[in-house]
Amino acid sequence: MDAWARFRRNRLALVGLTLVIVLGLSAVLAPWVAPYDPARQSLIEKRARPGGKFLLGADEFGRDILSRVIYGSRVALLVGLLSAAIAVLGGLVLGTVAGFAGGWLDAVMMRGLEILLAFPYLLLALAIVAALGPGALNTTIAVGIWGVPAVTRIVRGSVLALRETEYVGAARALGAPVPALLRRHILPNIVPGLIVYATLFMANAILLEAALSFLGLGVQPPVASWGLMVSTGRDVLLVAPHVATVPGLAIMVAVLAFNLVGDGLRDALDPRLRGST
Amino acid sequence: MLTFVVRRLLLAVPVLLGVVFVVMLTVDLLPGDAVTLMLGEHATKDAVAKLRDHLGLDKPFAVRYLEYVGRVARGDLGRSIQQNRPVAAELADAWPATLQLTVAALLIATVAGIAAGVASAVWPNSFFDALARLGSLFGLSMPIFWTGLVLIVVFSLWLNWLPVGGAGSLAHLILPAFTLALPSVAMVSRMTRSAVLDVLREDYVRTARAKGLGELWVLGRHTLRNAFIPILTLLGLQSGQLMGGAVLTETVFAWPGLGRLMVKAIFARDYVLLQGAVLVFALAFVIVNLLVDLSYGLLDPRVGRQG
Repeated sequence: MDAWARFRRNRLALVGLTLVIVLGLSAVLAPWVAPYDPARQSLIEKRARPGGKFLLGADEFGRDILSRVIYGSRVALLVGLLSAAIAVLGGLVLGTVAGFAGGWLDAVMMRGLEILLAFPYLLLALAIVAALGPGALNTTIAVGIWGVPAVTRIVRGSVLALRETEYVGAARALGAPVPALLRRHILPNIVPGLIVYATLFMANAILLEAALSFLGLGVQPPVASWGLMVSTGRDVLLVAPHVATVPGLAIMVAVLAFNLVGDGLRDALDPRLRGST
Repeated sequence: MLTFVVRRLLLAVPVLLGVVFVVMLTVDLLPGDAVTLMLGEHATKDAVAKLRDHLGLDKPFAVRYLEYVGRVARGDLGRSIQQNRPVAAELADAWPATLQLTVAALLIATVAGIAAGVASAVWPNSFFDALARLGSLFGLSMPIFWTGLVLIVVFSLWLNWLPVGGAGSLAHLILPAFTLALPSVAMVSRMTRSAVLDVLREDYVRTARAKGLGELWVLGRHTLRNAFIPILTLLGLQSGQLMGGAVLTETVFAWPGLGRLMVKAIFARDYVLLQGAVLVFALAFVIVNLLVDLSYGLLDPRVGRQG
């Protein structure tokens, strides 16, 4: 049975895929589907309760939360996609170099990775953002760099294993250059794993972007970022709880969607891993 | 065993040296002049020169790095720029609160996660199993700063049972500890479920049942003990998640720990304090994983005999 057939039979994964498509559409079509301009302020309607004119209520400046949540999906998906690209490309290059070079270069690179992995979750991204300064681009870079060590490990491990196989050995003996080896023999073997990793990474990247923005170190106002919306809503939490809690729901749905799709892809692409975490 | 401990401790040293290197390098790569950024644009020339001298910023990076490492080795982490207190003293004030919070969260994650995971594995595909798996999916997807705010709304605002934030009593600890623990509960219960299911398929479990041992004995003596090794590895990794999560949880609940200190340091551009805080987190992470490695030997007699 091919991968798509297996994926299609997984109901949770299909729910996730539907949610991802909805998110993607809302990001692309934001100007057409958002009922109001996300920056339009109306101070007499500030903290309006959900329902009526504002389906999900209004925030401290009387801005429509639904419109801001829709525009926020642009930030979340863009930061997620770009940082996943950084992580995968960076890891692919470093992992291939380490795997093929071996010897002292490999040893030095692996010690370097261990150091990056010794930073507890979030702290490496925090340190990078602290140095680069806040902003959407720097957040993307920080989240991307955070993902590089794990991809490097995956790629290096596969290169080491495949390097010893007979068909790669034969190709090398025939004088195939490293780029050709990579394209024809190594990549086809690791792409399924990388797709699964990148999908699950999207979930983590959205969480991390939201966390950095919540702390005030990520995306800056007035851009509509979900984490930032939760942060500003926090100031009025006790008088208008919906301002902080509604955008948080959007984060949860987006992360859940990518987690479901990632789990489904893993089960579909590598049935041996079925049921493991 | 002792040589194993010593060797692992020695291996941790280059990692920590590397952590300091990375943090100092990121600060060094900062665009613009670090001192002007710290003091603001309206600082007097005199103050800028003084701070520059104090931080040794005129010297080359390698020299500053070696000097900093040398001072850290003697327990001197420098003086914080904002408060002008020894960084070591500021960290000493903050770390007990973070330790309290993360240990409480780790306990909750271990007990609740293992209990839910074992129950799921013993009754697979039952209603409870479905509920637990769905719950863990949500637990992994909720941003913890948001979970914290929702818990505040429910338990502080609506029910009025627990304080909104701050520290000082057990009641203050409950909400932040549960908030921080939630994603880890989800991870641990997932891992426990699959680890226990794996072990339950082993021949020796069938043998144990065949010779008439009670189900509880089979679970406790033969299954959990073997399933515990992957769970323990996960707990070590989760401690890193908890430390990162502590930064967010402490911010949400105004919990006076290292995480909040770190965020304050970033906003104040107090890089001396930031370096010290990151170093303490990394050190704690390394120590926890060392403890995890050591405890493998206690659980599995095959590990660690060779030293």
